[in-house]
Amino acid sequence: MFLSLDIPLWPEAASTNAAEVDLLYIFLIVVSVIMTAVIFLGVFIFAMKFRKKDPKYVPPHIHGSNLLEIGWSVAPFLVMLVMFVWGTKLYFDEYTIPATNDAIDVYVVGKQWMWKVQYPEGQREINELHVPVGRKVRLTMASEDVIHSFFIPAFRMKRDVVPGHYNTTWFEATKPGRYHLFCAEYCGTEHSGMIGWVTVMEPAAYENWLSGGGAEGSMASQGEKMFQQLGCSTCHLLDEQGRCPILRGVYGSRVLLEGGKTVIADESYIRESILTPNAKIVAGFKADVMPTFQGQVSEETVLQLIAYIKSLAPKTTNLITGAAASVPGMTTIPGRPGANSQNVRRDTTKTDGKQ
Amino acid sequence: MSTTLQTPELVERPNYLNEDYGWKSWLFTTDHKRIAILYLISISVFFLIGGIFAGLMRTELLTPAGDLFNSDTYNKLFTMHGVVMIFFFLIPSIPATLGNFLVPMMIGAKDLAFPRINLLSWYIYIIGGLFALSAAAMGGVDTGWTFYTPLSSTYSNTFVLTAATGVFISGFSSILTGLNFIVTIHKMRAPGMTWGRLPLFIWAHYATSLIQLLGTPVVAITIALLCLERVFHVGIFDPSVGGDPILFQHLFWFYSHPAVYIMILPGMGVISELVTCFSRKSIFGYEFIAASSIGIAVIGFLVWGHHMFVTGQSMYASMVFSFLSFLVAVPSAIKVFNWTATMYKGSVTFETPMLYAFGFIGLFTIGGLTGLFLSTMAVDVHVTDTYFVVAHFHYVMVGGMVMAYMGGLHFWWPKMFGRMYPEGWARFSALVVFLGFNLTFFPQFILGYLGMPRRYHAYAPEFQIFNVMSTAGATILGVGYTIPLIYFIWSLKYGKVAGNNPWNATGLEWTTTSPPPKFNFDKTPIVTEDAYNYSHRGEVEVG
Amino acid sequence: MAETHSTLVEHSPDLQHHFDDMGQQFDAATLGMWAFLLTEIMFFGGMFGAYTVYRGMYPEAFASTSKLLNTWLGAVNTAVLICSSLTMAMAVRAAQMGQKKLLIWMLVFTMIFGAAFLGVKAYEYHDKWVEHLIPGLGFEYKDTQYFHQAQILFLLYFAMTGFHALHMVIGFGILSTLLVMAIRNRFSPEWYTPVEISGLYWHFVDIVWIFLFPLLYLIGLHQH
Repeated sequence: MFLSLDIPLWPEAASTNAAEVDLLYIFLIVVSVIMTAVIFLGVFIFAMKFRKKDPKYVPPHIHGSNLLEIGWSVAPFLVMLVMFVWGTKLYFDEYTIPATNDAIDVYVVGKQWMWKVQYPEGQREINELHVPVGRKVRLTMASEDVIHSFFIPAFRMKRDVVPGHYNTTWFEATKPGRYHLFCAEYCGTEHSGMIGWVTVMEPAAYENWLSGGGAEGSMASQGEKMFQQLGCSTCHLLDEQGRCPILRGVYGSRVLLEGGKTVIADESYIRESILTPNAKIVAGFKADVMPTFQGQVSEETVLQLIAYIKSLAPKTTNLITGAAASVPGMTTIPGRPGANSQNVRRDTTKTDGKQ
Repeated sequence: MSTTLQTPELVERPNYLNEDYGWKSWLFTTDHKRIAILYLISISVFFLIGGIFAGLMRTELLTPAGDLFNSDTYNKLFTMHGVVMIFFFLIPSIPATLGNFLVPMMIGAKDLAFPRINLLSWYIYIIGGLFALSAAAMGGVDTGWTFYTPLSSTYSNTFVLTAATGVFISGFSSILTGLNFIVTIHKMRAPGMTWGRLPLFIWAHYATSLIQLLGTPVVAITIALLCLERVFHVGIFDPSVGGDPILFQHLFWFYSHPAVYIMILPGMGVISELVTCFSRKSIFGYEFIAASSIGIAVIGFLVWGHHMFVTGQSMYASMVFSFLSFLVAVPSAIKVFNWTATMYKGSVTFETPMLYAFGFIGLFTIGGLTGLFLSTMAVDVHVTDTYFVVAHFHYVMVGGMVMAYMGGLHFWWPKMFGRMYPEGWARFSALVVFLGFNLTFFPQFILGYLGMPRRYHAYAPEFQIFNVMSTAGATILGVGYTIPLIYFIWSLKYGKVAGNNPWNATGLEWTTTSPPPKFNFDKTPIVTEDAYNYSHRGEVEVG
Repeated sequence: MAETHSTLVEHSPDLQHHFDDMGQQFDAATLGMWAFLLTEIMFFGGMFGAYTVYRGMYPEAFASTSKLLNTWLGAVNTAVLICSSLTMAMAVRAAQMGQKKLLIWMLVFTMIFGAAFLGVKAYEYHDKWVEHLIPGLGFEYKDTQYFHQAQILFLLYFAMTGFHALHMVIGFGILSTLLVMAIRNRFSPEWYTPVEISGLYWHFVDIVWIFLFPLLYLIGLHQH
C-alpha cells in the first residue's frame, strides 16, 4: 500500500560508498530498535507489574548493584566500539583520495547561490554534474564567498566547501541515473535554491558527452589564456629562469622555501601563491615582487590557471600522481591555504628546490 | 495520597507570595522563590515566541515550494526560533525556575549564597532578551543560531550585532546562576546534609553549573570577536584577509556542545526525583547517577568536533571526537537503566509527573541513540546538516528536556503555589504532547536519511508527505502545550488547596508549608537520613 | 511570621540573614569570587586560544609585529602592576588587622599604580593610532607581505589588552568604592570581605597581564 502511494522511505544507493554506509546504518537501526525495545518494555513491564496494588506495601530498599552497573556500562560500550571502528574505517576510506591515473578530476566552485562545475576538458556546467559509472571521480572544491556544502544523498557523500582553501573528496558511481545535488550548509537567502542534479552515465554515453567539449577549450588552455592576460608570463618564463621561479614541472614537486622549509607544490600551494604570494617565498627570491591577485581572479579562474600549470609537466608524470596520492583527503590545517602542503608526514627532505 | 486540606486559611498563612505586595516587592526582591517565579513567567513568554516562529516555519513547510514567506523571511524565522529557544528558553529553563526555587530548599538553606546576584541574573537575562527581540522586531537575523562565518561576519545584511549582543549579555545571566548554585551547594547545606545525601536534583544542578561557569565565557569571547570582525572588517574569521572560518566553528562549538548538557542535565535531575517518588522507592544506583552527571559535564567539553566532521578538519581529530562522543553516551545510558531499575519492586502510580517521566525516558532513549548515529563518522557524513540532526536534537530537547520540565512543573506546582492542577486535564495533555511530539519529529529521521537538508525554505517534492505529517504533529503538540498554560493559570485561583506534602515525597522542600514561608524553614532542618528514604519511612506521612 | 532571625543570639550587623554565621558568609564570598575568576580564565582563554592558533600559523608575521610594540613601556607596566598587587595584598592584611589608616593608604597606592598602568596604556594606544596600527581604522603596515596577518595580530592585541584594561577600569571603580567604605569605617577584623575578594580580583587581573606581556611584547624579540 505504501508503495502505491509512492512514499519514499529510503534514498537510492548509487555509489560504492552508499551501499557500505547503508549497511552500517541498518546495523545502527537494529541496535537502536533493540535498545529502545529493551527500555520501553522494561519500563512498561515494571510499571504494570509493580503498580501500586496494596497501600500497605512498602517497597524494599535496594541500593544498587555494582555488577549490573558495570555490566550495563561495558556491554553497550562494546557495541559502540563496533560502531566506532566500522564508522571510522568507512570514513577513512571515503576521505582518502584515490591516487589512480584512472580517476577523473572535476572542479567545483560554490558561490551564492549556485554550483559551478568545470571539467579539465573544458565543459562547464551550472548546478549539474555529469560522471560515468564505474570510475572514481575526484572533486576539488572551492568557495567564492561563504561556507557551502556539496551533498549528493544518493552517494551518501557530503563535504563542506570552505572559502580560503580547497576541500577534496571522491566517489565512484555505480548506477546510471539522475540524482539530487543539494547545498547542505546554510549560506544565505537562496540556500534552498542551491540545488542541482548529478547525472551518472554509461561510459560510452559519457565519452560522447565529453567530446562535445567546452566551447572555450580545455581548462588548461583557458588557464593559458588567463596566464597571458594577467601578465604572469612576463615574469614566469616557462623554461628559463626569469625574475620568478620557473613553472614547468613545478606541480607535484618539492619546493624549497626561504627559511629552509620545503613544501609540496599541490593545488593548494599554487592557489596560495596566486592569492597571497608573500605567504611562502621560494628560496633565492624576494618577497613583495609578485603582486597579489586576490579579488582579481575568481576561484574558477584560479582552477584554470592551476590546470594550465599542471599541464606544464615534464614528460615523467609519476611525480604528479605520486604527490597526489600521499595527500589523503587534502585535509588542510585550518585556514591556511596549502598548509597541509607542509606535509609533516614526509621524512625525506630533498633540497632540490626549484626546477 | 494527597493531603489536600480544603480550608482556605492554610493558603492565607504567611508565605513568600503574600508576605508583601506591589510591583516593587517583586521587581526588587531578593527571595530566590520570587526570582524563580519571575523567570517562570519570562521563559514562558520566550517559549511562546519561539513556538510561534516554529509554527510559522512548519506551516510554510506544508508545501514543497516556498510560497508562504520569501526566502529571507523564512531564514529569519528559523534563526530566531533557534536563538530564542536555545538561549532564552532551554538554557535557563529548569535551573532558573525549578533550580532557583528548590536548590536552597532541598539542601535546607534559607536562600542562595548571593541573593542580589540572583536578581541581577534575571535582569541581565531580560536585557539580553530585549536585545534579541529588538533584533527580531527591527527586521530579524538570518544567519542561523550558529552564526557561522564568513556569512555572519561579512555577508549577512541583517541585525547580527543586535542579536549577538543579546546572546552575549544573556550568557552572563547563565554564568552568575551557575556561580550562585556552586557556592550555595558547597557552603550552605544544612547540618547532616552531606554530599552523599544530596538529592540527585542537586547533583544535576551542580554539574550543570560547572558547565555554565566554564563554557559560557568562551562563547562570550567568540561572539565578541565576531562583533569586532563585523564592525572593523578585520579578518579573524574572514579568509580573504587571512582569517579562518573554521576557527570560529571550533570556538563556537567548544561552548555550544557543552551547552546541550546544560540543557539536559537538570532535566535528568528532575526525573530522578519523579521516578523515586512515584515508585515509592529509593533510587537504584545513587552514586552512579551522581557520578554520571559529573562525567557528562567533563567529557561533554571534549566532543565539540563532532559537529565538524565534514568541514575538512583532520581525520585523526575527527576520530578522537567520534570516540569521545560514544564515551559520553555511556553515563546517559547508565541513568536510563538506573531509573528503570528503580521501579523494580516499587509501588508505581501514574500521576501526571510520572507520565512525563515515562515520556522522558522513552524519548530521551531514542534521541540519545540517534546521537550514536551522528557520532558514527561515516553515517554522519550523510546525515549531518539534514533533518536527521533536527529530529535528533528535538528528541532530546523537546522529548527529553521539555517533558522533564513539564513533569517537574507539575510535581512542584503545589509546593510553589499551594494549589493542585487538575489531574484529569493534565494527564490528557501529557498524552497529547507525547503523540503530537512523535508525529512531528519521527518523520524527520526519515526525511534526513532521504537527504532533505535542514534550513531549507523549499524542498524536493518527494519529501512532502513527511513534512505534512510533521506539521500535523506540530499542531497537536501546540495544543498539548496550550492546555497546561490555561489550567496552570486557572489553578492559581481555583485549584484544590494543597497541603505541605501532597505527594508524600521525601526531600526537605516537602517538610515546609505550601507555599513556603519567606525564609523557607521555621527552623534549620537537621538531616539524618539518605535521600529517597521511602523504604525506611514506610507509609508514615512525612511533614 | 516565622523567620529564623534570632533575637536570642548576638550577631554582627553585617551578617546577611540567609547565612548562619560570619564564617559561612566569608567562605561563600571567597568561593564565589574564585568561581568568578575561573570564568574570567575561560573568557581570556578564548582569546589566548585564538592568538595561539594564529601565532602557530603565522610565526614570522607575529614576530615582526612585536617590533612595533614598545617593550619598555610594557615592562614598566608589568612592574607597576606587580607593585600594585603588593600594595593590594597589604591592604587586605591591614583590613584583616583592623588598621584603618594603613588600609586607606594601601588602597590609595594601589589606585595610583592602577591609574599609572592605564595612563601608560592610553599613551601606547595613542601611539598606535598615530602610526595607523588600529585595525579597521586606516590600518597600514610597512612589511606589506604580512599585512593581513599583522592586522589579525593587532586586532587580538587590542582585544586582549583592551578587555584587560576594561577589567582594570572596573577594578579601579571597585577600589574607589572600597576606599570610601574604608574612610567611613565600614571594615573591621570581623568583616572585611569586600576587601578580601577585591584583592583576589585585582591579583587575577595582574596575572592576566603577566601572561599578556611576554606573549604580545616579547615574541620575536631575540630575532632583532
